Amino acid sequence: MRRLLAPVPIAALVGVVALVGLLAYGLSQNEPDRGIDRALARGERERAPTLSLPSLGGGPKRALADYRGKVVVLNVWASWCDPCRRESPLLERWHRRLSGSGGTVLGIDVNDFTAKAQAFVRQYGLSYPQLKDRDGDSIEQLGIVAYPETFVIDRRGRIAANRRGPVDDAFMRDSVLPLLREQS
Amino acid sequence: MRRVLGAAFLALLLWPAGALAADCPKTTLGDVEDEVMCPVCGVPLELATEAPQAQDERELIGRLAGRCKSKAEIKAVLVSEFGDRVLATPDDDGFDLAAWIVPALAILAAAGGVGLAASRWRRTRRRAPAGPAPPPEGARLDADIERYEL
Repeated sequence: MRRLLAPVPIAALVGVVALVGLLAYGLSQNEPDRGIDRALARGERERAPTLSLPSLGGGPKRALADYRGKVVVLNVWASWCDPCRRESPLLERWHRRLSGSGGTVLGIDVNDFTAKAQAFVRQYGLSYPQLKDRDGDSIEQLGIVAYPETFVIDRRGRIAANRRGPVDDAFMRDSVLPLLREQS
Repeated sequence: MRRVLGAAFLALLLWPAGALAADCPKTTLGDVEDEVMCPVCGVPLELATEAPQAQDERELIGRLAGRCKSKAEIKAVLVSEFGDRVLATPDDDGFDLAAWIVPALAILAAAGGVGLAASRWRRTRRRAPAGPAPPPEGARLDADIERYEL
């Protein structure tokens, strides 16, 4: 018993406990943030993160707050993502529909080569504003684990709906159109 | 004389190209890909074999190496596209800080352990009672000879 209480075994034990604690902390940090999904499930609208990103291909930074007063369909995509290709024409169509009634689609290109992303935008004739998140910080703030993911933000800057995967007309109709009728 | 001058002029013209060719390439894909990440896959580029983005990244590195860019210049291009996370070194904040601190603490603990063990060993050696002195060499030789006398 006295041997167990000697400084060396105690120090070793403390070291092992510290390492296990560190490992547990690291694993918990790697978990995607699901706060938005939980809030939506409760019927609450969480404030959208304060994103401020450069435009795709350079130019001044634009913040999500710049779009306050509009309904924003925030679409996170990358040029190498196949489902993103499939949903792009639909998003462009909805952008044209929304732009006349106080709404917009806003793209965020993540983890992508700028030239490839620009070629993607040209190929699909996307006219909505595009931002670039080279570090993927927006991914962490929005709890993104795969592409594409879409967040519908109301006129007051709160997340009203999300889709983790490609959007379709039904999702856009159900989650975007009601927000257009809301006042800011 | 004209021929010598002509040869000298030609050598002068060819020298920069020759020097450039000797300097190029400054690095290779293999040299860079173990020091950068595939940002989408979350693993070092050399381990990311299938991902299309890893292929694009390799293509870019190969192209830049072919243009005689150094490893540092290629890394700078990748950082401008993907940020610091493309470098295969842990961040110096948040949980990644542990990647720097834990090895340092482990080295300190190991050094402390070695020091402790050495001081204990020295103490036990000092405490050990002195045994009987070995017999002188001559006496041992005599004893051995006696033993073999039949």
